Amino acid sequence: MKTKLAVLASVAALSSGSLASAGEVEVLHWWTSGGEAASVNYLKEKLGEAGVSWTDFAVAGGGGENAMTVLKSRAISGNPPTAAQIKGPSIQEWGNLGFLASIDSVAKSNDWDNLLPGVVSEVMKYKGEYVAAPVNVHRVNWLWANPEVFRKAGATIPTTWDDFMVQAQKIKDAGMIALAHGGQAWQDATVFEAVVLGVGGPGYYRKAFVELDADAINSATTVKVFETFGKLRGFIDSNSPGRDWNVATSMVINGEAGMQIMGDWAKGEFKVAGKHVGTDFVCVASPGSSGSFTFNVDSFAFFSQSDAEKAKAQGVMAGEILGVDFQRVFNLNKGSIPARLGMARDEFDSCAHDSMDAFVSSSQTGGLVPSFAHGMAVSEAVSGAIYDTATNFFNSKTSAKEGAAQLVKAINAAR
Amino acid sequence: MDRTQRIVSARIGRVFIYALLIFTALLYLAPLYVMIVTSLKDIEEIRSGNLLLFPLKPSLYAWQKAWSSACTGSECDGLAPFFWNSLRIVVPAVAISTFIGSINGYVFSKWQFKGSNYLFGALLLGCFIPFQVILLPMAKLLAVLGLANTVTGLVLVHIIYGIAFTTLFFRNYYIGIPTELVNAAKLDGAGFIKIYKLIFLPLSKPIFVVTIIWQFTQIWNDFLFGVVYSGSGTQPITVALNNLVNTSVGGKEYNVDMAAAIIAALPTLLVYFFAGKYFIKGLTAGAVKG
Amino acid sequence: MKSALQQLLPKLVLAPTTLILVVCVYGFIGWTALLSFTKSRMMPQWDFIGLDQYIKLFDNPRWMVALENLGAFCFFFILICLLLGVVLAIFLDQKIRSEGALRTIYLYPMAVSFIVTGTAWKWILNPGLGIEKLIREIGFQSFEFRWLIDSEMAIYTIVIAAVWQSSGFVMAIFLAGLRGVDESLINAAEIDGAPHYKIYTRVVLPILRPVFFSAIVILLHIAIKSFDLVQSLTGGGPGYSSDMPANFMYTHAFNRAQMGLGAASAMVMLFGILAVIVPYLYSELREKNG
Repeated sequence: MKTKLAVLASVAALSSGSLASAGEVEVLHWWTSGGEAASVNYLKEKLGEAGVSWTDFAVAGGGGENAMTVLKSRAISGNPPTAAQIKGPSIQEWGNLGFLASIDSVAKSNDWDNLLPGVVSEVMKYKGEYVAAPVNVHRVNWLWANPEVFRKAGATIPTTWDDFMVQAQKIKDAGMIALAHGGQAWQDATVFEAVVLGVGGPGYYRKAFVELDADAINSATTVKVFETFGKLRGFIDSNSPGRDWNVATSMVINGEAGMQIMGDWAKGEFKVAGKHVGTDFVCVASPGSSGSFTFNVDSFAFFSQSDAEKAKAQGVMAGEILGVDFQRVFNLNKGSIPARLGMARDEFDSCAHDSMDAFVSSSQTGGLVPSFAHGMAVSEAVSGAIYDTATNFFNSKTSAKEGAAQLVKAINAAR
Repeated sequence: MDRTQRIVSARIGRVFIYALLIFTALLYLAPLYVMIVTSLKDIEEIRSGNLLLFPLKPSLYAWQKAWSSACTGSECDGLAPFFWNSLRIVVPAVAISTFIGSINGYVFSKWQFKGSNYLFGALLLGCFIPFQVILLPMAKLLAVLGLANTVTGLVLVHIIYGIAFTTLFFRNYYIGIPTELVNAAKLDGAGFIKIYKLIFLPLSKPIFVVTIIWQFTQIWNDFLFGVVYSGSGTQPITVALNNLVNTSVGGKEYNVDMAAAIIAALPTLLVYFFAGKYFIKGLTAGAVKG
Repeated sequence: MKSALQQLLPKLVLAPTTLILVVCVYGFIGWTALLSFTKSRMMPQWDFIGLDQYIKLFDNPRWMVALENLGAFCFFFILICLLLGVVLAIFLDQKIRSEGALRTIYLYPMAVSFIVTGTAWKWILNPGLGIEKLIREIGFQSFEFRWLIDSEMAIYTIVIAAVWQSSGFVMAIFLAGLRGVDESLINAAEIDGAPHYKIYTRVVLPILRPVFFSAIVILLHIAIKSFDLVQSLTGGGPGYSSDMPANFMYTHAFNRAQMGLGAASAMVMLFGILAVIVPYLYSELREKNG
């Protein structure tokens, strides 16, 4: 371990622009199309300039489901890739299993501790040492709205969930769909998360869905969350089950629907359609969460390598990921904000600016919470249990009380 | 009168039969039709139009992109490179699993020994193992053999889990070959290998066709083994297709997706198109006699 | 010496297959069984905890839904495939013009994997895009076909797509079977003046019993592995109402860090299948050799 660290340190010193061959990286990721693929390609070129060759191991599907299967089978055969797209608490689990490599020397020499917000660097460390490099920060609690639809219906953009019901009813009465929604488990969970945050506030959110405090989960607030969540069933169209999220977004774009609750990646869809923020669409925090921020950080974790060359290359890659150039290009492409602080803001749009401001302010007020719908808050088993309960509740006529009871049971079974 | 009545009712019967066959055929063709039509439209038309309508301005843009320039990862060379990968996997896997199935079937049908029937039963049951179950232990085994994430390893996996079906096909076919033939040959002094070579192999053409088509379809379309056991750069076309059609950023190009899907399916479609006749013939020749 | 070798050869030939069977099928099943008694989460870990995972499994509402779905799916899928396959085969056997083209049309879905056709099917079955919209546009305003978005009915859309994919193959093997039936039997029955349909139900279909056997074994095998189908058509939704055991197993073992639970579900699935298939195999294989 010691020698590896020493090697990494020397690489870190070299990493800026040295053309000496510095080995190769094999990277498992699921960014395979459109802007994401272009971003990955940019990272690949950056590494190429630093003399590191890139072997692409792309496996798409279901937000990384297939990629994780592949990763596990490669890990069990003792042949893990150099780096893999892993995030949240999973990084800790891989660390516990002894698979991850420390990149702490690179992090130290580049001063990651000061470059990265505390909540982000915490996730990237295993036992105090950096084992992963963050790519971006997504804000999940966004409400996307079409102002034209609101104008036609005489409605205003809601700021609380109670207000949401009133305004959504107006849109519905005007013959349009209030809430564009795709009925897939992860999307149901994304909306559920927004309701939890808006109804219960960040304090409750953290206690119940991050710390899994039994009293908080088993409280009247949870029932109230389910009540609100259940009311939303009336504001979506009946064709939603199975719909992809981007199809739901296009319903907002073309004025069929008024709103969508979705993370900041939805912005790309508006842009592709040639829409402008402020005039054609607006981005606001989901109801009741203006001071809060549910974050979702993508990252690459590094796997232990027996080959010193490869270990060296890992250091170079980690350095490049945190580099200003890559952070800028990647996040402009993806709609998220850079994981590193203090970057120039002018190229980003107003939604991203909002996101950056909210990130800083919420971190001071305690409103900054990890997204459980996107694998940042709890173990895969528990977030799976929440998914199941939320999606089953939303697609049935289960009562709020029953829903809350099922949630308690499912979380207990999964811990 | 009676006679004309019968002719009329027979006529009506035939009209009914034709109507039903053609109606069913149209239903079967619907998904393929939707895919082809969509692949020829541009995105705007897909978003706004009826998905069953013929394109206003058909264009091959999507096909070109899917074949040579769509992104499947950090590289954007379309499906073309993966075609070759798939072939490198499919050809040896089909050839070897079919050959083993043939020999196995020969033994199970004509050289039965004590317990061979149980062994055959055990082999058949093996078909029913859900493949998701074997992913991890197989990965371990391949690592022990030094074949983890290699083409050879992937081919081996396909052979292993193809044997049950190929054996089933050949056994059922060979059972229909009269045992007297074998006995006569034995009296003439022919042995195990000679009988296989001189009697069984020449008679096996139809069942080879059936088995090869079956195996080709299964292995070409496989995704699970392909994604888990291939290495970088040797991924089969189904994995590339999956990468191409899946996006988490949006801006989905359905026309390119559909074109890619048809391209990936072309080899198997062509096989059925051109060899379908032999498939039925082979089956008729006895592949399915229990 | 030579005859000893001849005695040994058949067994020798089966040795590799037997080895594969012992290790890669039954060995891996054993491995999975062991795993199901552990508390393995993200990766296999060998801390044994008895039957806990099984208790958890049967306390999981999603698993119970998946089991029910498998039952309903297997029943309807196999039944409809057999019915459709037999009817199409019999009709095609009536000296139909362009039989070859029709056959190919019925068969082609088998050549295409579901990664390919999933999206097309999703569109066709979606009320806002596909059949419902089409028929309403023709003028039947009150027409409804919304199984895809109905929790109670979603599993049957999977049946539809699965039937589409596999019934052609069933048709093919029955057609092959029909071609193998001795014409004189049918002629004899015709002379007796038996009506056409009775000739089939009384004379022909009983002869085809072994074909039913092959068809059922193959269909059951397809049914249990219908993993891609669920994944690409409904994603298990709405909610988890159309989830199936193979998908449950895969999700929990590989994406939810509940490998022990996944292994337990695989074992339950496997034993469920064995309970059905073993008696059937036993009776069919015994009869033939007895």
